[in-house]
Amino acid sequence: MARVVLVTGVSRLVGGRTARDLSLSGAVDRVIAVDAVPPSHSLGQAQFVRADIRNPIIGKIIRQEQVDTVVHLGVITTPRQAGGRTSQKEINVIGTMQLLAACQKADTLQRLVVKSSSSVYGSSPRDPAMFTEDMPARKAPTVGFAKDSVEVETYVRGFARRRPDVAVTMLRMANVVGRGLRTPLTDYFSMRVVPVPFGYDGRVQVLHLDDAVRACVSGATSEASGIVNIAGGGFVTVKQAACLLRRPIVHVLPYTASLVAFVSAQGRIGTFDADQMSWLCYGRGMDTTRMRELLGFEPAFTTREAILDVFADPHRTPQHPPRATVAGPIGGGA
Amino acid sequence: MTPRDGDQRSGKGDAASKPARPAEIAAAAKARKRPPRKDIRSKAADRSEHPVYTGRTPPSEDRPLHVVPDIADTALADGALPQQSSAAAAVAGVPVPGLERTVAMLVGALRSAGAAAGLEGDDLERRVAQTLGFLRRRITGEYDIDEFGFDPDFTEEVWLPLLRPLYQRWFRVEVRGIENVPADGSALVVANHSGTVPIDGLMLQVALHDQHPAHRHVRMLGADLVFQSPVVGELARRAGTTLAANPDAERLLSNGHLAAVFPEGFKGVGKPFSDRYRLQRFGRGGFVSAALRTGAPIVPCSIVGAEEIYPMLGNLKSLARVLGFPYFPVTATFPWLGPLGMVPLPSKWIIEFGAPIDTATFGPEAAEDPMLVFDLTDQVRETIQQTLYTLLLQRRSVFF
Repeated sequence: MARVVLVTGVSRLVGGRTARDLSLSGAVDRVIAVDAVPPSHSLGQAQFVRADIRNPIIGKIIRQEQVDTVVHLGVITTPRQAGGRTSQKEINVIGTMQLLAACQKADTLQRLVVKSSSSVYGSSPRDPAMFTEDMPARKAPTVGFAKDSVEVETYVRGFARRRPDVAVTMLRMANVVGRGLRTPLTDYFSMRVVPVPFGYDGRVQVLHLDDAVRACVSGATSEASGIVNIAGGGFVTVKQAACLLRRPIVHVLPYTASLVAFVSAQGRIGTFDADQMSWLCYGRGMDTTRMRELLGFEPAFTTREAILDVFADPHRTPQHPPRATVAGPIGGGA
Repeated sequence: MTPRDGDQRSGKGDAASKPARPAEIAAAAKARKRPPRKDIRSKAADRSEHPVYTGRTPPSEDRPLHVVPDIADTALADGALPQQSSAAAAVAGVPVPGLERTVAMLVGALRSAGAAAGLEGDDLERRVAQTLGFLRRRITGEYDIDEFGFDPDFTEEVWLPLLRPLYQRWFRVEVRGIENVPADGSALVVANHSGTVPIDGLMLQVALHDQHPAHRHVRMLGADLVFQSPVVGELARRAGTTLAANPDAERLLSNGHLAAVFPEGFKGVGKPFSDRYRLQRFGRGGFVSAALRTGAPIVPCSIVGAEEIYPMLGNLKSLARVLGFPYFPVTATFPWLGPLGMVPLPSKWIIEFGAPIDTATFGPEAAEDPMLVFDLTDQVRETIQQTLYTLLLQRRSVFF
């Protein structure tokens, strides 16, 4: 049973809500919430400590507070949240390295939970229909957030090898969607006209923000360890999702992803992330048997319910996509 | 009139009212290119007063679009269009002017098409309603796909009906031994592959759905090239095909599906006409190990007739390499006759399912025994080859 939990990345939605829910759950004695910038939302009973995980001070906090569980949620999905790709990579990769270095020195540490992403599996026509946790990517991602996630996982594996006494859990989450959350996928479905690749229709799985938070809480409080895929039940295809949301679609050629990104930015159609094109073409499926059996976690929203719940609000005007209320300051703070 | 309309008209008026001098045109173009920030802001403010955004006309629960409703609302406000039922607009997803008329025309077209196909009375009406229901589901996205991307709605309403004329009239497929395919639970159908273009897979799919008493959906295992190709890959996934690899095969079989595999792969489809009905190497026996691990019976299947649909006389290897194809066929008609050369020859087909080979008795650990896997692979291959020879002897001619 965890007693003192340290949560990183609390200025953003998943981190902040995990810190709050953990502190209110009664399953732990104390929650220390860490980020470089103060959150604009409530952290419940959690105690906020303003610290950058890239700074050795984090090690001091872990030692002084006798932290036994570290929940690392400070991996950022879009360059915009971080204030540029360089800064994003810095926070994601170097931040994780520094945090793990501090964790390795902490004798009290018993448990490490890291939020990873399904993007480590890549997307290619040679992919199996469903990835289990043991399967490697057929075509490893080479750019952006997906590459960061692969590198983060490499460092976490290195840590697990050096500290075999610490139970390490990596939660590979499907694309998280939620109101107020801004990721490439939420930008995509907020576009005035949704560009879909011609001749392809990838199967997609998403995870509702509420479920992502619950999964992080279960990861921190359960006894399970290892890599666990986390995704909502069922699948929809990209075009089906656009139909469900009543969005107009336009077919684009898959290899014109950068052009589509440029045109949609210039034409004020919305923000399109060119890196997600292969995912839109080939999709990706994750097997979630281990999530149910090992972690004992069952998402409340299926993929379809999550998409409808988050994007199908008739009162929302997509011309002004919801700014992540808590994501903005990161750029200034980092 | 809405503020937005006013904006647009005044803008147009300026440009059109007087013959502009070159300098003015340049200035106007510049202005159009990047309007001052103030203008954008005031436009945004105008927009916020638009009924759609202020919610003075409360948006219906399932309002389809955000860009297009403007047009519909303005049009309705101007009285240019008759009132449309919001339900109909929501069904279509796009507010087409005179939507009811369009639907009525569609219904009329469907009725006459049905009548031309020889349907009448209640049957015709039922089919028209069924088609409309299908279109409605496609437009609203109210259908389900499974983890492999299989879309039963699409397969039953579009895919199989499209293939049926080819199956019934063109190739006149005769099915034998369908009772060898179990009515429920998993099984792996292993068939020979031929014909330059893998139409045999499609015909096998129709045969198992239409001729089997349980109307089973067969789940094909396809090469990665299938999923790499645009349109083909999308249709293949919708029709139930998934990647021919052990994880997918084992997942299908352990979930109780009927799977089908063509172990010859491209070696089989792309072989020259002179090698017809001569089985190629059966891969590496991966299908046998998948069946052993899941205990699914193997049903050997021999397809006669597919070899003659596109007799492959030559293979432009260098062109194939440039295009990234495994082969580039030259037949008696292709590419000489262009698209006409793509019409398959109407050979007479026979699909025979052999007695199932039980794998459950070996146990899942037998998959780790390469000798047993090789033996079983050979046994399946021999069975199919012998059946092919028998069927060829029984066949009166290629086309009858």
